[in-house]
Amino acid sequence: MTTLPLSLPTAVAAADAAVAPAQGMAGVAWLLVALPLAGAALLLLVRRPLERVGPIIATVLSWGSFVVGAILLVEMIGRSPEARAQHLTLFSWLPVGTFSLDAGMLIDQLSVTFVLLITFVGSLIHVYSLGYMAHDPDRRKFFAFLNLFVAAMLLLVTADSYLLLYVGWEGVGLASYLLIGFWNWNPPYASAANKAFIANRIGDFGLGLAIMAMFATFGTVTITGVDRAAQAAGDQAGTMLTVIGFLLLLGACGKSAQFPLQSWLGDAMAGPTPVSALIHAATMVTAGVYLVVRAHPVYDHAPVAALAVTIVGAITLTMGAIIGCAKDDIKKALAASTMSQIGYMMLAAGLGPVGYAFAIFHLVTHGFFKAGMFLGAGSVMHGMGDRVDMRTFGGLSGKMKITWATFLCGWLAIIGFPFLSGFFSKDKIIEAAFVGEGWRPWVFGLTTMLVAGLTAFYMSRLFFMTFHGKRRWLEDDHPHESPASMTVPMIILAVGSVALGGVLQAGGFLDWLAPVTGGHAGAAHHEPVLPIPVITGGTLLLVALGVGLAWARYWRADVPVTAPAGSWLTRAAARDFYQDDVNHGLLVVPGNALVEAATLADDSGVDQGTDGVGRAVLGASTRLARLQNGFVRSYALTMLLGVVLVLAAVWMVQS
Amino acid sequence: MSPLALIGPPSATFTPSEVSYLSILPMLIVAGAALIGVLVEAFAPRAARFTAQFAVAMLGLLAAFAVIAMRAPAMIGVTLSGAVVVDGPALVFQGMVLLMGAAGLALMAERFGGRGPDAFTPSGSSVPGSQAEGLAERLGTTTEVFPLTMFALLGMMLFPASGDLLTMFVALEVLSMPLYVLTALARRRRLLSQEAALKYFLLGSFSSAFFLFGAALLYGYAGSLNLGEIGRAVGTVSGRGGLLAAGALLLFVGLLFKVGAVPFHSWTPDVYQGAPTPVTGFMAACTKVAAFGALLRLVYVGLAGSRWDWELVLWIVAGLTMVVGSVLSVSQTDIKRLLAYSSVAHAGFILVGLLAIDRAGIAAVTFYLASYGFATIAAFGIVLLVRARGSEATHISQWAGLGRRAPVLAAGMGLLLMGFAGIPLTSGFTAKFAVFAAAVAHAGAAGVVLTVIGVLSSAVTAYVYFRIVVLMFFSEPGGAPVDVLRPSAGGATAIGVGLLTTVVLGVFPAPLLALAASASQFLW
Repeated sequence: MTTLPLSLPTAVAAADAAVAPAQGMAGVAWLLVALPLAGAALLLLVRRPLERVGPIIATVLSWGSFVVGAILLVEMIGRSPEARAQHLTLFSWLPVGTFSLDAGMLIDQLSVTFVLLITFVGSLIHVYSLGYMAHDPDRRKFFAFLNLFVAAMLLLVTADSYLLLYVGWEGVGLASYLLIGFWNWNPPYASAANKAFIANRIGDFGLGLAIMAMFATFGTVTITGVDRAAQAAGDQAGTMLTVIGFLLLLGACGKSAQFPLQSWLGDAMAGPTPVSALIHAATMVTAGVYLVVRAHPVYDHAPVAALAVTIVGAITLTMGAIIGCAKDDIKKALAASTMSQIGYMMLAAGLGPVGYAFAIFHLVTHGFFKAGMFLGAGSVMHGMGDRVDMRTFGGLSGKMKITWATFLCGWLAIIGFPFLSGFFSKDKIIEAAFVGEGWRPWVFGLTTMLVAGLTAFYMSRLFFMTFHGKRRWLEDDHPHESPASMTVPMIILAVGSVALGGVLQAGGFLDWLAPVTGGHAGAAHHEPVLPIPVITGGTLLLVALGVGLAWARYWRADVPVTAPAGSWLTRAAARDFYQDDVNHGLLVVPGNALVEAATLADDSGVDQGTDGVGRAVLGASTRLARLQNGFVRSYALTMLLGVVLVLAAVWMVQS
Repeated sequence: MSPLALIGPPSATFTPSEVSYLSILPMLIVAGAALIGVLVEAFAPRAARFTAQFAVAMLGLLAAFAVIAMRAPAMIGVTLSGAVVVDGPALVFQGMVLLMGAAGLALMAERFGGRGPDAFTPSGSSVPGSQAEGLAERLGTTTEVFPLTMFALLGMMLFPASGDLLTMFVALEVLSMPLYVLTALARRRRLLSQEAALKYFLLGSFSSAFFLFGAALLYGYAGSLNLGEIGRAVGTVSGRGGLLAAGALLLFVGLLFKVGAVPFHSWTPDVYQGAPTPVTGFMAACTKVAAFGALLRLVYVGLAGSRWDWELVLWIVAGLTMVVGSVLSVSQTDIKRLLAYSSVAHAGFILVGLLAIDRAGIAAVTFYLASYGFATIAAFGIVLLVRARGSEATHISQWAGLGRRAPVLAAGMGLLLMGFAGIPLTSGFTAKFAVFAAAVAHAGAAGVVLTVIGVLSSAVTAYVYFRIVVLMFFSEPGGAPVDVLRPSAGGATAIGVGLLTTVVLGVFPAPLLALAASASQFLW
């Protein structure tokens, strides 16, 4: 393990001095987390009396967090840009020997942005769920989990140390697990929850190791401390920073469903639709992007790790788009699209200072339009007997006017229709991808541009198949518009999908983020390898092509009710590029081989485990357990052997 | 002048050793309560015996704890000519033993509305609820478990406060003997219980012999049994290094047996499974605390100077303990055996903290033991409540769907398992963090390697615990119906304390960590 010739205490002290202690409203910023957490505890502990009013309490508390966040924002805008970041120490958390860590909150431009996104979209989805879950017997529990999620997510984005962030990180994982498996009487749903949980564990393992590596390298795990230490150490700690960067990337891949840990997101759609909208579209899955941007001083000095982030983003955004073209399940198509859009954000985050602010910008606008479309999908399912197969929809625009209109806004926003939200944010990423030298701008730039066209195709396909073309409903379908508690949040999100990008762009959102993300002003010095009008024009052209193709195939032409066999690419994409088979091949098969090898002739066969690693452990465990045969003479022999080995070791050391 | 005069008369100035009664007052109280318990057993009328025994034992424990809580600073000192050393760590460990002992006692006293303690048999050969048992109950009683427990607790209090190896050995035997007997007293699955007790006794004697042999070798090396003297001799006495290293390692064998470290762990699953469940909980928590207290004193006071001789061996033992404990827990189908292997793995984690050889390590070990001890008593307390046809439903498959039948109980168990797995915001996370941080900071490359092994092992154990959580909440109940008994106020308190510490030590660990750190200075 490399240790640095740094004077760590001074580095840490300097870092703490850089962020002003909290004043004013920031002093009660802990309410952000405490309100929804109290809601979750209340709803889980007090049961019977809250069956009816519990959901409303949860919704009110979530809005309460939003109000706190909004006041924080107003106060922050009132201060000068240098003094906007504030630090609030809550209590002394881990005073272990010479190492001491306080639990605290870092309230700066980045965290406030996330706080507002989470509480606003989250609260809207609470409202939507009041209607969507109205008939579910367990809705008290559902709202408790939703509140728990909001609390954990807020903790994640306001934590002042990576360790506290990890607490929130695990918390959102837990809430996500509970909510995916909410309808767990259905075994595939429960196994989807398990799959998400396992894929996330792999990522979490990476984050855990990253935190340990930070501690080993810099002696601190606070965010400001690591920032300072990484900047101070610079390239002299390049190797360790690269290792930390890769480990953080592994964490980000797990949580944000990036290649190669993306396979869980599609299955996670088993959860109730509001959950998919909140957790698996707008907030939790973007935590990986937050992590990379938050840790940008690490990536600034670890170009290899940053390049890896970009490559992972590029692979995922392409894969997600292709998978999106082949799915007939409306929620899984949206999930694939989420994967692809987060791929855009990751790619931007990997580009360095040019891209951090754009990644966050796209993250915010995407949070709105994707959540809006998920809620729209939920509304469609609500009217169509909870079915998700788009081939049996078609022509719904006449029956569900509000859903159609809001979905239209979301669709136009995501394909990057000029002057809607997605146009501003995604276009920026494509431009940023064209900046650089050598092969990179061409590969990344062209990829993002081509996939923008692909995005237009699959999103139009989804939109047309659902709302336009012939009615392919089943006989007993009676589509109807959803109640106001569902449509109002959809309308609000639709307004955001249309206007938010422009408003943020005009309001100087990117400059506002600059103190945290290291300044996108640097972008001015880097010209893209193609002129900007050419990039914008080319992108729009590809988008138009995509929409046109989808129109010809899925609106004008008849859509068969059963899916055609399709080409090999369609088949591969429909099966998520055989990711489950790859997992099987990479984890399960070698795991089994390991068991076979380790246990020579294994005739008993090993229990059907959930994965190969589990099987290997179980196999080893069963073998080892045979030593535990119940004969006291064998136990004594084991002890004696131990003693003999110990003494032999002494003898060898001594002589 | 006769030759005799040269030798001189036997010294007339016999100086009795100074006794600081305040320092040993808690131990005296517990010993007194145990002796009163014996008298109660002999003379109290049968009807009043249970109440009297329980009251005497509980009051004794609480009074002893109150003395420590109120007078701790004044109690610190070396007394009885160095045989007993009452210092910060000793007091903290005694306090923990007393509180956990009280929780364990509350579970042992659980009657579920019956006449005597539910878990214990008055006669090893009679079937529960049979006429023979009724007869045995009229003739004999089961309340002798209370004085037995008190004697064991006396040994456990003396163990971490022993200033020399002989006292330590006496303490070891005082705490072990009653446990052997308690193990044999299970009312149900009596053969298993008696077999477990015999195994525990045989293997325990075996390990005691190693301890004694090690003590003899160290005496040969240092010329003293006093730990402080041994510590001073290390580095000044030369040419007898073989005695030192061999003696140290044999002593470790005796103590590692008690904490259940690999390869001296084989008794753990059988004994944990066979012993009456409240006794298992008591043993898992208190024995571990006491034995780690003694191990800490032995390592930090006596042998720290010769760490190069034995460090490697203990590193390997710690690594093996974590790996074997966690891997073996995967294939267990009995909840008590599973918890037994989990306790083996936990012993490994604690060893990692101990091997930091730094005050941070002492504080981390203390914190870990506090968080693990209360939680494990509560976990066994919950096992006690889940019944199938009157007998404890210990097969894991019987726990399927428990979340639907008894949501509060299942949620409590879930919380404890999360704590064992080390999920953030539970005490287990903070405890693991503390031991690993201490090891990384002070044990060099070995600390890092052990930490990596530890994190991997906890991932494996997390799988095991989550499997149970999933089973409780996401599986259909199957097979014979399972009942959940309602605990009495005492039992509920013991379980509640375990749940509370799991949460409180996870969210606000700072006060206990600070206490553990401030009380981490050994005297000698």
